[in-house]
Amino acid sequence: MTKIDRISFPSDLKRRAFLVGTSAAGLAFGYAAVGGVGDAFAAGTFDPTIWYSMAPDGKVTVMVGKAEMGQHVSSAMAQIVADELEADWRTVSVQLVDNDPKYVDPVLGALITGGSWSVRMNFDPMSRAGAAGRITLIEAGAAMMGVPVAECRAANSQVIHSKTGKKVSYAKIVSDGKASKVWTPDQLKAIKLKTPDQYSLIGQSVPQTDIPPKTNGKAKYGIDAAVAGMLYGKPVVPPVRYGATVKAVDESDAKKVKGFVKAVTLDDKTATTSGWVVAVASTYEGAKAAAAALKVTYDKGPYANVSDQTLIDEAKKLQKDDAAGQLFVSAGDPAAAIGGAAKVLEAEYLTSINIHAPLEPMNALAYEKDGVWHIHTGNQFASRTGGIAAGALGIDPKNVVLHQYFLGGGFGRRLDADMVIPAVLASKAVGKPVKLIYGREDDMAMDFTRPLTYQKVKAGLDANGMLVGLQHDVVCAWPTARWGIPAFLTPSVDKKGSLDGFTVNGADFWYTVPNHKVRAVLNELAQKATPSGQLRSVAPGWTFWAVESMIDELAHAAGKDPVDFRLALLDGAGANAGGAKRLANALRTAVGRSGYGATALPKNSGIGVACVSSQERATATWTACAAQVEVNPSSGAFKVNRLTLAMDLGTVVNPDGVRSQIEGSTLWGMSLALFEKAPLENGALQVSNFDGYTPLRMSQMPDLDISIISSNDAASGCGEPGVTVVAPAIANAIFNAVGARVRSLPITAEVVKAAMKT
Amino acid sequence: MITLTINGQARQVDTADDTPLLWVIREHLQMTGTKFGCGAGLCGACTVHLDGVAVRSCQTAAKDAVGKKVTTIEGLNGGKPHALQVAWEVEQVPQCGYCQSGQIMQAASLLSKNPDPTKAEIVAHMDGNLCRCMTYGRIQKAIVRAAADMRAKSGS
Repeated sequence: MTKIDRISFPSDLKRRAFLVGTSAAGLAFGYAAVGGVGDAFAAGTFDPTIWYSMAPDGKVTVMVGKAEMGQHVSSAMAQIVADELEADWRTVSVQLVDNDPKYVDPVLGALITGGSWSVRMNFDPMSRAGAAGRITLIEAGAAMMGVPVAECRAANSQVIHSKTGKKVSYAKIVSDGKASKVWTPDQLKAIKLKTPDQYSLIGQSVPQTDIPPKTNGKAKYGIDAAVAGMLYGKPVVPPVRYGATVKAVDESDAKKVKGFVKAVTLDDKTATTSGWVVAVASTYEGAKAAAAALKVTYDKGPYANVSDQTLIDEAKKLQKDDAAGQLFVSAGDPAAAIGGAAKVLEAEYLTSINIHAPLEPMNALAYEKDGVWHIHTGNQFASRTGGIAAGALGIDPKNVVLHQYFLGGGFGRRLDADMVIPAVLASKAVGKPVKLIYGREDDMAMDFTRPLTYQKVKAGLDANGMLVGLQHDVVCAWPTARWGIPAFLTPSVDKKGSLDGFTVNGADFWYTVPNHKVRAVLNELAQKATPSGQLRSVAPGWTFWAVESMIDELAHAAGKDPVDFRLALLDGAGANAGGAKRLANALRTAVGRSGYGATALPKNSGIGVACVSSQERATATWTACAAQVEVNPSSGAFKVNRLTLAMDLGTVVNPDGVRSQIEGSTLWGMSLALFEKAPLENGALQVSNFDGYTPLRMSQMPDLDISIISSNDAASGCGEPGVTVVAPAIANAIFNAVGARVRSLPITAEVVKAAMKT
Repeated sequence: MITLTINGQARQVDTADDTPLLWVIREHLQMTGTKFGCGAGLCGACTVHLDGVAVRSCQTAAKDAVGKKVTTIEGLNGGKPHALQVAWEVEQVPQCGYCQSGQIMQAASLLSKNPDPTKAEIVAHMDGNLCRCMTYGRIQKAIVRAAADMRAKSGS
């Protein structure tokens, strides 16, 4: 287990490599310098860096390059800035930026929001930006008061002369034009940041800046955008997920719809969509009626017979082929170790296709003005999405401006760019602004899904019940490889080219296993038939399903308590130093609070555990879960009574914000584990609305017990890890309750009942 | 042409009788606090009040709102902060926030007839409102808080 220095993401993700490494689809970044966000930096303001502006009244506007999708990241960025700036929180607001490259993530080199990376990667640069302002203001304030700089400090948007108590407000300093320094990158780098004991706002549950407008209807999402004279577009999507072409469009009935303008058959040069038509009308109800009235005939293409079973069959075939795939982890000689093991376990783990289904359906408003295309939408990857729009239009990416809005749910869905394509192409075809809104059925059927995954794990125990070798094969579509951005791929350890690390992250766990191999295998058929995306927690959402289930199976096979078995493997040896012990601590915390082993449980009840280092090994957040379930052994029906979560994420910027993310992600984990499945039949996702695709509702909530473990270690992410740990904890609990081992998600009563028979 | 009374104001809209009230509110009148989530009455994001009763505006034809008082999130409590909206901030309920107008409108119709709902009554009343961020625990807390605040204010 010496992989921490090999896992290249994110610390080795070279900005340059990212910028240069664009695919053929025209992804070069560009930006038209038009009026907009930059205007916040008006005359008379103090702008020490690009990241915020202080107005003459002392109000601070923090520029946020991250997508605000409810993780309150915009507020967290502002909180980090304001702490070093010593700004009064009540004076701080945020502004979401458009796709101006000057606001790219300082580590990633792109406008992208995902991976639970934002706070981790931006803590340092945002701190420096804030500190730069404070230093400048203290210098200016000291001069205004005629006192030595060294005797001054800042607090609550004031510079204070400690000896005399004299004060001058930031507002006064800025309005008098006394602060003007703009800091260079080298100067920023040289700043000595606060030590944790000096934090004023970090660690405080200050109110999130995005919440007030979300209680009174004033928050603006992409779907709320409007311009004068706009038309409306409603997609007509093909009867297969991908690969269809439009043979003919009969508009005769659509023409009878009031306000119908045109049916636009998309010629999508980026190949993001296939076989789409957009009905354009003067109203959305008109566009919807016209879309329903259009008679489109299709060539369904090469994937019209693909189903879940086809993909599973293909995955099994690939897994059996030793030449397939590339190695993500290779330590020791697992084949030999397993060959000589006293006990060998082998199991297959499956996860279904899942869709994001954010509550705000995909949408975009697009129009061309003075040679520049404007797109209004909420997006997680503005750098790429602007490029995709340009690729679809066949224009220079410099001439696309993506105006950012709140996201009515992201969860990875809005990392993709499909929604801008029908908007720009329809607008181009009719020569007017078009607001394009997917119907819910379009949104679900055309989701860039969590891929169906097939994993096979084989492991061996020695005579003492110690885990001596583990082989783990992960076969699925490769969502991130689909982007065509080389910097997002990981070189394989067997030098067979690059692999999509975002399909195997997590499998490089922190358990000490001397002989360990992880193989990533691309399921080409799935890649083509079901274009996949990054669904909240991505690979750790399935890799830990397999790993934490198998570890439990091994513990039982060794006759050991699953908690003790895990703690023994988390010995922190070698490359697992540090992290493994933090994970063990999180596990002990969750286990202890759950009452595991101490509380007498009712019959057919059980507590199961799991612990994870989600997301990537280099960006781990130490997370553990104990799930308590009650199973009806005759029907297999079960109830999750309680989920006890513990998460160690180092420095906690906003404890209540972190808690809300853990609450949501934990329930997401349960929802994916129990209630969500998008079946694929005849090349089409068999989901159209929330009657068939059924995320967890209020009545299905278990009790939640959440422990946040904080420290002065670097801040880690909290939006996703909770998702990954719940499913294996529930499955392990079901085993402890009634002895049924379930190995496929989602876990239904039928799955449990079937497992009880084996 | 249809005439509707929305948040106390008469509004004329040029649309067909059967246009869903949702699109009349959101696009014809540009009151975008009411959200489109599913178009099928399955998620509750579009919840508004008709004569004080929570309805799904995506399932309500414009003509069926004629002669009734339509209230949207923008007009809840006459545009002054409702106890629920205050509680929503105190409990820091919203994440993405997209469903929250509908959640608040749905909750307001509960508190208008039941000033002290039990947890089971809250769940039964709110279960049709999907929150994809799954802020359900905080929604429950905020409703309980708002109910208590409203009772304290009315002295009951």
